[in-house]
Amino acid sequence: MSEAVASAGAIHHEESFLRKYLFSKDHKTIGKQYLITGIAMAILGGTLAILFRINLAHPGFLTNEQYYAFVTYHGAIMFFWVAMPILLGGFGNILIPLMIGARDVAFPTLNMFSYWVFFVSSVILIISFFVPGGAFSGGWTVYPPLSADPERYLGANLGTVLFLLALALEFASMLMGGVNFITTALTMRAKGLTLMRLPIFVWMEVVASLLFLFSVTPLIAGAVMLLLDIILGTHFFRVEAGKVGDPVLWQHLFWFFGHPEVYVILFPALGILFEVITTYSRRPVFSYKLVVYAAIVAGILSFLVWAHHQFVAGINPLSATAFSVTTILISIPFSMTLVVMGLTFAGGSIRFTPAMLFAIFAFLMFIIGGLSGLPLGAVGSDIYFHDTYFVVTHFHYTVFTIAVLSTIAGICHWFPKMFGRKINETFGKIHAWLTFIFYNGFAFPGFFLGLAGHPRRYYSALEFGYLQKYQWVHELMTVSAVLLLTTQVVFLFVFFYSIFAGAEEKSPNPWKSTTLEWLAPSPPPHLNWGSFAPVVERGPYEYARNGKDIDYLPQGKLVKLKQPASSGHEH
Amino acid sequence: MDEQVRVLDELEKEEYESVPVPFQKLGFWVFLGGEIIILGGIVASAILFRLSYPGWFKSSEHTNVVIASINTMVLLTGSLTAVLAHKFATIREWGKVQLFLGLTALCGFTFIGIKFIEYSREIHHGFVPSAGIFWMFYYGITGLHGLHVLAGSLIILGVMLFLRKKKLVEAVENAGLYWHFVDIVWLYIFPLFYLT
Repeated sequence: MSEAVASAGAIHHEESFLRKYLFSKDHKTIGKQYLITGIAMAILGGTLAILFRINLAHPGFLTNEQYYAFVTYHGAIMFFWVAMPILLGGFGNILIPLMIGARDVAFPTLNMFSYWVFFVSSVILIISFFVPGGAFSGGWTVYPPLSADPERYLGANLGTVLFLLALALEFASMLMGGVNFITTALTMRAKGLTLMRLPIFVWMEVVASLLFLFSVTPLIAGAVMLLLDIILGTHFFRVEAGKVGDPVLWQHLFWFFGHPEVYVILFPALGILFEVITTYSRRPVFSYKLVVYAAIVAGILSFLVWAHHQFVAGINPLSATAFSVTTILISIPFSMTLVVMGLTFAGGSIRFTPAMLFAIFAFLMFIIGGLSGLPLGAVGSDIYFHDTYFVVTHFHYTVFTIAVLSTIAGICHWFPKMFGRKINETFGKIHAWLTFIFYNGFAFPGFFLGLAGHPRRYYSALEFGYLQKYQWVHELMTVSAVLLLTTQVVFLFVFFYSIFAGAEEKSPNPWKSTTLEWLAPSPPPHLNWGSFAPVVERGPYEYARNGKDIDYLPQGKLVKLKQPASSGHEH
Repeated sequence: MDEQVRVLDELEKEEYESVPVPFQKLGFWVFLGGEIIILGGIVASAILFRLSYPGWFKSSEHTNVVIASINTMVLLTGSLTAVLAHKFATIREWGKVQLFLGLTALCGFTFIGIKFIEYSREIHHGFVPSAGIFWMFYYGITGLHGLHVLAGSLIILGVMLFLRKKKLVEAVENAGLYWHFVDIVWLYIFPLFYLT
């Protein structure tokens, strides 16, 4: 490949600033671009959340339209512009090639293109907030009829079209990334790295990319239909007099994507947790194969559960029961994964580093998130809980675990590898505890609001007699949420400060971890391995095996190449 | 020490663990998998509507089977030339490869041209996209398919120009695969809208 040769030649001369930092094809730079953009969008999404939380505590702080627009954008941003770019684009890009001993991803140009499409989608999303007619405010699930006839219901035609366009570009970008991840992980493994020796994180990224590929594509068809409804006046989803569209069709297409999408971000987070927990427990994964097979089974089952989001949408009760059964079934592989995670802690000599604290909290809170999902999967109880704060709290316990706790665990763990510097550990531990306390102060009362029948998405609880007595709960939640965001903003200052001025990390493997990325220098140079190549000799988690005095065995070793290396495949 | 030398010898042949499929081809198949489901999603929606909407058959009488049949032949001819291009690529007769790739792209553009004539006839008769449930799916699906034909033709043209510099069998094969995909999707669309 000409491209590979060109980038191999690039080691020898200095690259221009644009080539090196903006239009780089290096997987680590692209990963960092994703990471930083994702963090910037997280600040935006978090600020929106604080603003509408203040409105819930003190109704009248925002107008109705602002409130609904903020809720909509908060959901969409946190899923598509924070969790996905950071967990797939960021960690996936930085770690997959390093963990499998490759020099870059399979298609570096496509990778660069993927980031810039993502960047454009972020810009369009922000623009869509300020266009005449206002931002789209129909909820992040974009349900018709609000979304199919936005002029009539929301007065926001242009805002809706731009919102959909931004979503479409984001999907396109993540699809390009997914093709890259799958191809890279399957075809560019170092010598000796068989599939069952891949670090769990790599497996999880591959399964997540496959899930995304096969779930988002029907939604792309649905988005085309929705845009035709808005622009050409067709009625795929519209139900005005004399027209026979079907809004529930959108719900099917959306949740056929939407439920696997939850696992698209969950799997990489679980992968991060396994890497972190094995390293700081000094224990191998209790059962590597069980985790891998459970992920594959859960991935397949995730395509069969979507209608549990629609139990009250007027679907056939018989099919509701069927979806209830599949939903309860899918809790089995996840329970197995969590049990394996718990047994990995057991008997380990745990080091309470910031990354480990975050991983432990993530483990605990994911259990709460998972268990609170069971009453929502069963039809009978879901009819009561549907669209209450119980649902909101349930999915915040899962996605906050994914997008914040696991992500920060990963950032703390791989920070020395990414930037060659350290983050202050004392600060990290305080940060972990404060995050844990404030998050639970913010989220846990939500379960009680839901049990009391408080519907979600209400602008103000004060206008309903039976909800007035819970206003103090909203105030408590808002105070905790403000403190939670403040903690994260302080962390981000420390994060950026440490990138430029943190203490230098001399050792390439400060945590004495086993996987291949710790063999590379920190930060790894362009093409990662220089004139060496990693050769893998054993599985990824060889910590303190019984009967051995050795604390850990690295997964492989570097061997010197006779000829200078090139990137990618050679023909 | 001996082991070190042995490892080095292996690495000289290939740095990575060997896999039975070249990475471009795997990446392309993954991409095609996604494409199949994009069109699968909308075709499945159309079939669901068709089952519950009795007016479907009446509307489908207004489509032009003759034009559509000609278009089917055009697409199938394109598939034939794409296969021939790949055949000549494997025996490295690059001149003929370019000729047949050019013919394939020509088929693509002919298809789109004929489709435009068909659309304008239908719109002329008042069958615009919002005219009914059949017509919105008709325009939605054939329009999406038309965009894929356009993309396929541009890919084929791209490979044809690219061949001047780099003579790669894989590129011809992957472009041909995409063409076949577009062709096969049409074979589902044709009976769904024209032969009911």
